[in-house]
Amino acid sequence: MSTSTTIVSAGATSTADAAPADAAAAPNAALGVASGLTEPRAGLIEDQPRGEGAGAAFGAEAAPGAAPAGAAPTRLTSLDVLESEAIHIIREVVAEFERPALLFSGGKDSVLMLHLATKAFWPGRVPFPVLHVDTGHNFPEVIEFRDRTVERLGLRLVVGSVQEYIDRGELAERADGTRNPLQTVPLLDTIKINRFDAVFGGGRRDEDKARAKERILSLRDEFGQWDPRNQRPELWNLYNGRHTVGQHVRAFPISNWTELDVWRYIERERIELPGLYYAHEREVFARDGMWRAVGDVSQPRPEEQVVTKTVRYRTVGDMSCTGAVESAAADAAAVVVEVAASTLTERGATRADDRISEAAMEDRKKDGYF
Amino acid sequence: MTAQLLSPPALGESTLFRFATAGSVDDGKSTLVGRLLHDSKAILADQLDAVARTSADRGFGGANATGIQKIDLALLTDGLRAEREQGITIDVAYRYFATDRRSFVLADCPGHVQYTKNTVTGASTADAVVVLIDARKGVLEQTRRHLSVLRLLRVPHVLVAVNKIDLVDYSEDVFAGIEANVRQVGAELGLADVLVVPVSALEGDNVVAASPRTPWYAGPSLLEILETLATTDDLEGGLEPFRFPVQSVIRPQGALAPGLADDDGGLAFRDYRAYAGQVASGAIQVGERVTVLPSGRPTVVVGIDFAGTELQRAVAPQSVSLRLADDIDVARGDLIAAAGTFAETSQDLYGELCWLSPKPLREGAKVLIKHGSRTVQALVRVISGKLDLENFREQPASSLELNDIGSAQLRLASPLPVEAYARHRRTGAFLVIDPTDGNTLAAGLVREHPGDHEGERYSI
Repeated sequence: MSTSTTIVSAGATSTADAAPADAAAAPNAALGVASGLTEPRAGLIEDQPRGEGAGAAFGAEAAPGAAPAGAAPTRLTSLDVLESEAIHIIREVVAEFERPALLFSGGKDSVLMLHLATKAFWPGRVPFPVLHVDTGHNFPEVIEFRDRTVERLGLRLVVGSVQEYIDRGELAERADGTRNPLQTVPLLDTIKINRFDAVFGGGRRDEDKARAKERILSLRDEFGQWDPRNQRPELWNLYNGRHTVGQHVRAFPISNWTELDVWRYIERERIELPGLYYAHEREVFARDGMWRAVGDVSQPRPEEQVVTKTVRYRTVGDMSCTGAVESAAADAAAVVVEVAASTLTERGATRADDRISEAAMEDRKKDGYF
Repeated sequence: MTAQLLSPPALGESTLFRFATAGSVDDGKSTLVGRLLHDSKAILADQLDAVARTSADRGFGGANATGIQKIDLALLTDGLRAEREQGITIDVAYRYFATDRRSFVLADCPGHVQYTKNTVTGASTADAVVVLIDARKGVLEQTRRHLSVLRLLRVPHVLVAVNKIDLVDYSEDVFAGIEANVRQVGAELGLADVLVVPVSALEGDNVVAASPRTPWYAGPSLLEILETLATTDDLEGGLEPFRFPVQSVIRPQGALAPGLADDDGGLAFRDYRAYAGQVASGAIQVGERVTVLPSGRPTVVVGIDFAGTELQRAVAPQSVSLRLADDIDVARGDLIAAAGTFAETSQDLYGELCWLSPKPLREGAKVLIKHGSRTVQALVRVISGKLDLENFREQPASSLELNDIGSAQLRLASPLPVEAYARHRRTGAFLVIDPTDGNTLAAGLVREHPGDHEGERYSI
């Protein structure tokens, strides 16, 4: 029994004591260059070319791990700990499930997930396919990014198409035109057809109050339903992925990350994202207090005036329900500053589908949505 | 009183601190959590607007309220529709906020139904737990139960927030009485250094900043304490020996990541073989001797890889891959431990079980045990007793029901490298799983084996 409750008096905190270690690690992390405290592996890594987007294939920077012998213990930053936790979860799921897949939309959280997966299995290939439920309303540059990433990492892409369901009359277009809520049926069918028993998602608990109660491994029944009242307790870092025939598990390795963590990590690791996450000029019109992009599926009404603004997207979903924010943040570092100062949540600011009701996400999740 | 607002989270690197809150019904826990989130600016304008509207609809704060007084902070942690409808919280909710120094992960554990399950869940990963007490009610039976669970799980820091201090007119005497009571319970339990803080979550006293209305309290505010406590890894990193449950073997062979085979056709990685896992405790350096369990084979760590970077040293809780000097049989489920620090593996498991399932446990039951990265079958041989949370003594029992904490002897189908939880939190923890439906039945804590030699313990 540890009874020593170590509280250090103000002014001489344990955090302050470790300042030198932090100071040594932080600049490297911020610059995303190989840490001087770690040693590149001679003859192996040094010889490997880092091509276009190599930062997204595996980290340009690793956790600061090596302290000189006899030095103060290595102090891991919050990002290091979150990264380690996510990699541990990804490895557990791959080890315990037969047919995992990763939900990959080209959005920042899914790109980050894929980056973590490449790190988890280096120097091996990511050992599972990626799955995208295509609403048909995606931003073209995101689809292009998706395909390029899949190609670069040598992955198999499985697509479930909402458009095909609509064309076959199995799903009906909604009055408000948004297709995000329509993803659930194609998602569940695609999981079933491919016999995926675990699906990784980039959902985070800070996104929504329903997600705040989500487990890291979330069991879904034959109908893909989430039952918040009967969730398994999740203890220590021991994840229980047992399931029976017909059930599958949703795995959320970045549950404990916040939007700011995601952006700090994208900056630190120099992870490539679709360009619309950064400031760009775009023709937009105002609707529901958001800037909507002008596009095939997103046309202004006669009374809505089209203007050109410098905007970026905080979330990337359907063109028909995702709004842009005015921003001059042209790179990840600038986005980090902007997110830290933001007064709106990312979903509140830019997602029409989550404004429908207080329990919009809860209802979608219960039906099998991510 | 309006609490002093913190500056926005630093853009530099902060450390991670996990804590949980536990309390009884109506002790103001939701308000406290709402207060921490609000005053650390974790609540953004659109969330606050929604809460302000609901608060206004319900007439919260009355006509004379201004600013933050008009907002029911408890609504900030409002969860699912079912919870709102019933006015209760069902399940652990995770919240996030940050200060200049730290990023916090808060496991908000409701005190209503299934509170043992919730408290055990929240406490299992927590560096600290804040237990709430209503200043008007003092130490309740549930407080004793909470403290007992925290003692059992060896939560590094236990804080007691004596809430609603405003409703007892900021009385030093009331606080001193409760503090003495807490210390007495703590002493009975062996919880030596419980920190007790007078707070008003509603008014903000001593939550983020020290309150002028409690001049008799000289200690730091709740948040100041949380910002400065050592994490579990800080406390144990230097003390505990190296433990590394192997999650998988990384042997890319033909499935090399694109880009790595460009120069030499992947020759450099042709014989690559490493063991992936997360350092559970302690630290490892290249060149150090280790033992692989359960085989007991000795070897040396010749490389520590992390996604293309070679490390000289890894510490808990880093996820890395280890390369070993000898070509020995190592698989998922094995444990790599610092040489000379591990006595033996065993097929007998003596454990404390926090029973979390409505399905009771009986002697003779077959269960699954997940320990580290290995899951094995087990037979419940004997249930030897359960803890009476009133007086913390063990009483006879032959079954365990929901919320019971009892002890049992299990026989494992294959040996596990278990260690007493009292000495090794990470390798002393296990799950009990129902083999029929896969549900988690219990949180298990390994007890010291009563004897040194397996054969002497009992005959099968």
